Amino acid sequence: MDITGRKLFVKALLEEGVDTVFAYPGGMVTDILDELYKTEAIELVLPRHEQGLVHEAEGYAKSTGRVGVCIVTSGPGATNTLTALADAHYDCIPLVCFTGQVPLGLMGNDAFQEIDIVGMTRNITKYSVTVRERKELGRIIKMAFHIARTGKPGPVLIDIPKDIQTQPGPSQYPDSVNIRGYKPNESVHIGQLKKGYKLLKGAKRPLFLLGGGINIARANDRMLELVEKTQVPVVTTIMGKGAIPTDHPLYIGNSGMHGKYAANIAVSRCDVLFSIGTRFNDRITGDLNEFAPNAKIVHVDVDTASISRNVVVDVPIVADANLAIEKLLEWAEPQKCTKWMEEIAGWDQENPLEMRRDRGMTPQMIMEGINQAFDSGILVTDVGQHQMWAAQYIELNKDKQFITSGGLGTMGFGLPAAIGAKIANPNKDVICITGDGGIQMNIQELATSIVQEAPVVVCLLNNYYLGMVRQMQQLWYGKRYEATCLRRRKGCPAQCKGPGEQCPPYTPDFVKLAESYGAKGLRVFREEEILPALEEARRSSVTTFIEFMIATEDIVLPMVKGGNPMSEMILSK
Amino acid sequence: MKNRWIALYVENQVGVLAKVSGLFSGKSYNLQSLTVGTTEDETVSRMTICVTSDDITFEQIKKQLNRMVEVIKVIDLTNMAAHMKEILFAKIKNCTVADKAEVFQIAQVFQVEVADIGVDSVLLECTLTERKNNELIDLLKSRFRHVQIVRGGAVAIEGISTSCAGRTVYRKNP
Repeated sequence: MDITGRKLFVKALLEEGVDTVFAYPGGMVTDILDELYKTEAIELVLPRHEQGLVHEAEGYAKSTGRVGVCIVTSGPGATNTLTALADAHYDCIPLVCFTGQVPLGLMGNDAFQEIDIVGMTRNITKYSVTVRERKELGRIIKMAFHIARTGKPGPVLIDIPKDIQTQPGPSQYPDSVNIRGYKPNESVHIGQLKKGYKLLKGAKRPLFLLGGGINIARANDRMLELVEKTQVPVVTTIMGKGAIPTDHPLYIGNSGMHGKYAANIAVSRCDVLFSIGTRFNDRITGDLNEFAPNAKIVHVDVDTASISRNVVVDVPIVADANLAIEKLLEWAEPQKCTKWMEEIAGWDQENPLEMRRDRGMTPQMIMEGINQAFDSGILVTDVGQHQMWAAQYIELNKDKQFITSGGLGTMGFGLPAAIGAKIANPNKDVICITGDGGIQMNIQELATSIVQEAPVVVCLLNNYYLGMVRQMQQLWYGKRYEATCLRRRKGCPAQCKGPGEQCPPYTPDFVKLAESYGAKGLRVFREEEILPALEEARRSSVTTFIEFMIATEDIVLPMVKGGNPMSEMILSK
Repeated sequence: MKNRWIALYVENQVGVLAKVSGLFSGKSYNLQSLTVGTTEDETVSRMTICVTSDDITFEQIKKQLNRMVEVIKVIDLTNMAAHMKEILFAKIKNCTVADKAEVFQIAQVFQVEVADIGVDSVLLECTLTERKNNELIDLLKSRFRHVQIVRGGAVAIEGISTSCAGRTVYRKNP
């Protein structure tokens, strides 16, 4: 018997095991929403903006490994998702985003709220398509979930015209789907892997470089086993942070633009760099000609196109991290890295990761407070200086997860992603580390956290500036703080070179703002107030917003200037 | 940097051409020509693409094409024996009688067809290799002031015999 598109839609979600959808209404999705109204098995989350919506789905997906499902309407509903879809595409987050569309007959007429969203998302999604025939609906939804979650995961966008939603058609939802142009790699080339392992085994200064692929594949336990079996030290990218626990003796730290000194020097000096699940992004490599100049490079990645793209590697291995590590575990033998480890420890002693402790409350103290107050949980960051401080100082164990916007670097990611993570993990503590710039890009989602009863701990580091850019102005633009001071008002002098007593007050008052949403607001000025505030937030049953008033002009160090070799780090102001 | 050839089997669906061509603009790849048409299977189209690139970029282009869900198969024709032809129309206008005679001579030497003729213009229809077409265009432009060119981009198919008897393009375009 034939059923309507909207009925099949809900049936498909149920068969895919979807328990939560993030949805914002509009004229072209009212039928789908009406059908969801009748379904108790799927919880609907109503955010306050479509960008926040998709970030929430990202937090949901990233924290669970399940596909995040979004429903938005046509036109502005669809275009509002673009930034977040691009973010998910960069960071390989499995999403299926359904957009309503005007009826087929109106498409191309510039109808009210019509937009060619498939055209707009072609290169920021893994796949995007308009459903043009009702009989195709089931197959396309099946395809979408399959493509989103397999291979290198990513967002898929399905555009469903209004009339497809109401038209009767086949009731079957397929069990499986065969896509002739999409065959993700599901094996590992043993010969290549052996070659890679042989290099590692023969190395005097071997090093693992672990990227986000380890976390996506959820290969953390196996990776830890491999590290312990081989005794080879580890550096991570920011997306790879947490690949192995950060307190492990073989873990050096993050490498890259704001990486640890010892980690970057280790990359520069190693003789074999065995990398898994990283794209060798410019933030990791710096000057390509100077990247790991003494090393043979082995590169394991599930995506062929990520291999030998930025860095030409000696042994390319196309494989899922889990499969490759599992195989490596069969061969792994302990290596003598004592001398190499001593060298690394020496570099770490030379330039440890540390902020001065004699000038009041520093970001490092706040991160250490968070480490102390939370033994487990999900740490979500926004984008900016606070993100780098979190990446440097947050400790991770197997009960802690780190979620951040790495590839696209999307300000406004933090709060909604944290809410999404909390919705998926109601029994875990979710901490959102954010800055005063980023939080304001999606602050309306505070309402979502309240109405969804998804309390998160918001740790806002307020320095009155868009600090990451101001830091560049401080270092390379003669402190000309153009467009980075968030206190600046019309009456300020045209050429202001820094903060002082005369500065206007900050707006908004975050504590009052939080309270107006029904959240709890706290403000912290001194080191000794950090832990009590975090404790209070942890015990709170509603979202707690802690505003940490940090020094206005602190910068993230060490730092490598974009395009410079990783060994040339700025270590002090 | 040199010219390279790819044959691409893709889903014959709305938007696939935009997706493939968008890759070239989006990632700053240097697209020389792109032709597309349906194959014996009407759900599948085949594209012939010519790009100018270095070795590393070309490898990346093939990988990027391969990972597209809509792309069924990527064939690198660069080092393959393949037959390649491009359709080209050349209209020579404002001809004197002597000009016309010269156009006819050129047509004879290049073995192209005179498809149409008027009081003062001649239309040539050429199905040559892209390089041969380039040579013809250069010649026509050097001899006549009013030349209108319409060309379609090359189509290519893999050869059957390894020699491909004289019509083969072995990486001919430098």
